[in-house]
Formats: sequence, structure tokens, C-alpha cells
Amino acid sequence: MSDQHLSRRQSKYTARTAPKGEKLATSAMIASLDSEGRDTIAAPFGHALVDLAKDRADIVGLTADLSKYTDLHVFAKAYPDRFYQMGMAEAVMISAAAGLAREGFTPFATTYAVFASRRAYDFIIMAIAEENLPVKIVCALPGLTTGYGPSHQATEDIAIMRGMPNLTIVDPCDAVEIDQATRAIADHPGPVYMRLLRGQVPNVLGEYGYRFKLGKAQMLRDGRDVLFVSSGLMTMRTLDAAKRLQQDGIDCGVLHAPTIKPLDIETIVAEARKGGRLVVTAENHSVVGGLGEAVGAALMRAGAHVPFRQIGLPDAFLDAGALPTLHDQYGISVDAVAAAVKEWLE
Amino acid sequence: MAGQALDKRSNVSLARRAWAIRRNALLMGEVQGQGYIGQALGVADVLAVSYFHALTYRADDPEWEGRDRFYLSIGHYAIALYATMIEAGILPEGEIGTYGMDDSRMPMSGMAAYTPGMEITGGSLGHGLGIAVGAALGLKRKKNPAFIYNLLSDGELGEGSTWEAVMSAVQWKLDNLIAVVDFNNQQADGPTTQALAQVPEAAKWEAFGWFTQSVDGNDMDAVVAAFDAARAHDGAQPRVIICNTQMCKGIPFLEDREITHFVRVEPQEWAKALNILDEGKPA
Repeated sequence: MSDQHLSRRQSKYTARTAPKGEKLATSAMIASLDSEGRDTIAAPFGHALVDLAKDRADIVGLTADLSKYTDLHVFAKAYPDRFYQMGMAEAVMISAAAGLAREGFTPFATTYAVFASRRAYDFIIMAIAEENLPVKIVCALPGLTTGYGPSHQATEDIAIMRGMPNLTIVDPCDAVEIDQATRAIADHPGPVYMRLLRGQVPNVLGEYGYRFKLGKAQMLRDGRDVLFVSSGLMTMRTLDAAKRLQQDGIDCGVLHAPTIKPLDIETIVAEARKGGRLVVTAENHSVVGGLGEAVGAALMRAGAHVPFRQIGLPDAFLDAGALPTLHDQYGISVDAVAAAVKEWLE
Repeated sequence: MAGQALDKRSNVSLARRAWAIRRNALLMGEVQGQGYIGQALGVADVLAVSYFHALTYRADDPEWEGRDRFYLSIGHYAIALYATMIEAGILPEGEIGTYGMDDSRMPMSGMAAYTPGMEITGGSLGHGLGIAVGAALGLKRKKNPAFIYNLLSDGELGEGSTWEAVMSAVQWKLDNLIAVVDFNNQQADGPTTQALAQVPEAAKWEAFGWFTQSVDGNDMDAVVAAFDAARAHDGAQPRVIICNTQMCKGIPFLEDREITHFVRVEPQEWAKALNILDEGKPA
């Protein structure tokens, strides 16, 4: 048996005693990114859906025992007769959403990203995508947004989902974008997989006057030295890292690409071709099969041979722990992003 | 008068309909020289009752909103459903010769995008009943009194997702959902009952809360009575009819073949099978 296998069997942690009078960082600080001192908005997905449903009787909500943890409980409370608690049964939740869509409804089905992408894949691809039904699958805990370990960390959900024909994939950045994207995907005639930040969600894009457009990447700020291409919560990180790097005389642009599929290749290639910038993709996802590799492949196909680097989670099962610790450890904190860029530019 | 029950809307007997379904299926099987002919022959009586006694539909408008929905989750049974829909006038008889061919509307595994009247894309087993749960909920939302039928197979009962749907249908009191299980005790690798313990099947559905009937699926009168009882039942619960059928029913030399999931038929045997069928043509 190889060393790698042995290392999985033996804990890398040693016995540890809590120091007196000092609190250790805790993995209970999960999934809500409200600890970072920003303005936040509560349950933007749930409230957007309630607002939408006022004018659209076709909208229904389903969950597999996770309404409270996907902000769908807000909708359930407002429209109890349009809410389906399907129990801890992702296969029938997804299949039933397909059945409701067949009868003319627009179902929003919620669970965690790990369960939708891993457990329900066959049902999403065959019952929904193959027939291009307008089911919206909205999933909390994308990438590394929980410290619970690999059972809850959907570090490869986009890699799994990108192979599915007909499926649109959206990875919104903040509360503002979740509100707008929820409305946009409701209008989209086909199936959508959307990653969700839930609970108290930071308001980041408000100051940029941003409007979400399905299928479009948009420049949030321009810069001469580096072009970040990022999605999801990593756009929070690249915006903050750009501000910090500015103080060191490094001028960074941020191209936000929340629609992972279909990817806005035209905009990405056009921006990458401008003026010899280092192109750095940044994603809250494994470096395998996500935004970074999609952008890299698009640049290669277009013949845009620009300097290229990738920020993302390692191709590994990640540790349990507190999110700030883990984000530093795996290179997706603002500090880590800024440090990586400086090193690459040296 | 076993096997002679009359279609309520015409003077053609259900036995004659089943005969026509078997004949269409054999003709399609001959086109490919192979196929799921064993299942088609076995389930022909159940499909005759479904399409010529139980279901409400318009042959010239397969997507008519008032229709009963018939979900075929077992995609490989498509040959049987094509044979039925040709007899029903939903598909033209002239397309029999295209079964499984390039550009045909009748692919080997049933898909909604290809075929008028094919409601869902089957084939990945364990999907149909879950989709039926959602459609039944949708019909209730619309106050549409139509029924959803789902034809599934015994092998499909090995899929865990089927049992998620079984529980869900009871949870939502789906009295507009009728599951029809073709229990022929054959799956790809052999007898279903030797693969995952499935006996006693009826007791399991009953224990989960379904109005459960178990019948000889090749006894036309029994199947008619079961479909009637399933629709008329006044409990707020889903209904299941377990139809015990004989693979290759009606063609004795095929019934005797040991491997019947994907039955081998030699080129000269198709004519022999059609002759046997024609000799027993009902009135």
C-alpha cells in the first residue's frame, strides 16, 4: 500500500488541549460569510423568489430537507401551498421537479451542491437536461464554504456539471447578484444549476453599479498589470486583492464571469488580448474542470497565448476547520491571492 | 369469456388489440433481427387494456391537455409501446419498417424528443415513478382530473430512487397516480427474484401505503378489473397494479427459451412466430 493510502488512514492531527482563556477557531462558523466585516443582506435568494412569485403562479419550490439551509424557507413561509418538502430524497426531488416542469411549472429545487452534483446527477441529466426542462437547481455550500470536510464541500461540482449538455451554470458573487440572477434564471427557458451563498450574504457589487446578465462576463474594474477572471465568492477576493495590490503599485483588472456555462468566451478572449497582462483565473472550486480550465482552453482555442495562472482549490480532499483558516491554507483568502500575484510578477 | 373483454369505445375486442400489438412488435423485431420482443409479447395484454380500455387520449393530438399521461420508464420496452401506439393510430403503420433505423422516430430506447405520444425519456431505470410524482402534483395544482400511469419493470424495483418515489407518492396522497409493474421475473443477467430479494412484492407496496393489486397480467379480464378498481378506488393514496406476465407470451417456442431478456431469434423464426400468432387471431 502506498504512503498516500497510509496517510488517509492515520490522522495527521495530534492530541491537542484547548488553551485556557483562549478560543480556538471553530468550524461552526460555516457557510455564512458574515464574519468578514461587510454589509450583508439576509437570504437574498429566498426574498427574490418570493418577490418573483407574486407575479408568476408557475413558480414552485422544492427541497430535500434543506429549506432552512438554502433560504427557501422564506418562500415556504410566504407560499406554503407552492412549497414541496420532498424529504431527504434527492432523486425524487429532482425527478418530481421534472414532472412539475412537464406540467408547465417552473420549479426551484434546492439542496447542497454536493448532493445535487454527486447524488442526483443521473436524474438531473436524464429527467431534466435531456428534455431541456426549465428546472432551476439552486445549491448551497459551493466549493469551500463549510468547514465540515469533503462530505459537505462541493469542490468539484462545476467539473461534474459542466459536462452536461443544455445546462446553464451560474456562480454568483454576492447578495446583489443572487437577487438579480434568481430573476434572470427564472426567465431562462432551460435548466439551470446555480451555486448559492446563503444566510447573511455580503453586499459587494452594490458599489460597482453592476447588473447581472445571464451569459455575460463584465469588467468590474480595469487594470494594466493583471487581469483577474473570477466567479462566485472569488470575485469578492479578487476585488479586495486588487485594492491591496494597488498600494504596492500593481494595477489589477477584475473580469467577473458568473455564468460558467455557456462561458462568455468572446469577452474573456478580448480582454485577455489587451496589453500583455498576466491573466489569473480565480475560482472557489477545484483547479480541475472549473472556470480556470474553461478559460485556459478557450484562450488556447482562440490562439491567445497570454501568460496564464490559476487560483483555485487543490485537487484533494480538503480538511475540516474554520473557514478563515481553510481559505488561507488553500490559497483563496485575500492575503493568499495577493501574495500569489506578487510572486508571479516578480 | 377470458381474453375477450370488449373495448368500451369500440367493438374490437381487447384480445384482438393485444394480438395486433404482438404482431406489430414481431414485425419491428424482424426489422432489426433482434430486440426486446420477449417483453413486448409479455406486456401486450397490459398495454391493450391501457390504451383501449383505461386511458383517455386523442390519437391525433398526443399532447392534448386533458389526456391521461402514460409514462414508460423502461426505455427498452419502446418496441411494445410503438406497437401499441400504431394500433391506436397515434403513430402511422407505415413506420414499422423504420424501427431502430437511422433517422427513425422509433429508436430502440424510448425518448420523448423522438416520438409523438412518448411522454418521457426512459432507459435510465428508476426515473419514471419520480417524474410521475411531480406530474401528479402538477395536475393537482392545475385541478386537472387526468391520471398519470407509469409502466415500470420488476428489475426497476431494485433502484433506490423508485422507493423514494413510492414513499413520496404516499406522502402527497397521489390518488391520480397508477403504477403498473410488469413482473416477468427477467432482467439482463437472469431472474429478478434471484438478484435483489423482491418477494413478497405486493406486501411491500401495501406496507408503504399503496392501494395494491396483484394480477395475472396475461388474463385480460383480470387486468381490466384491476385497472377499473385502481381508478375507482376512493382512498387518498396512490395505486399499483402488479402484473405477473409471461415473457414471450403467445409464441410457445420463444416462451421456452432460457434467456429471454434479449431473446435470440433466428432469421427464419420470425415467419414461424407470425404464423403461430396468426393461427390464433381472435375475433
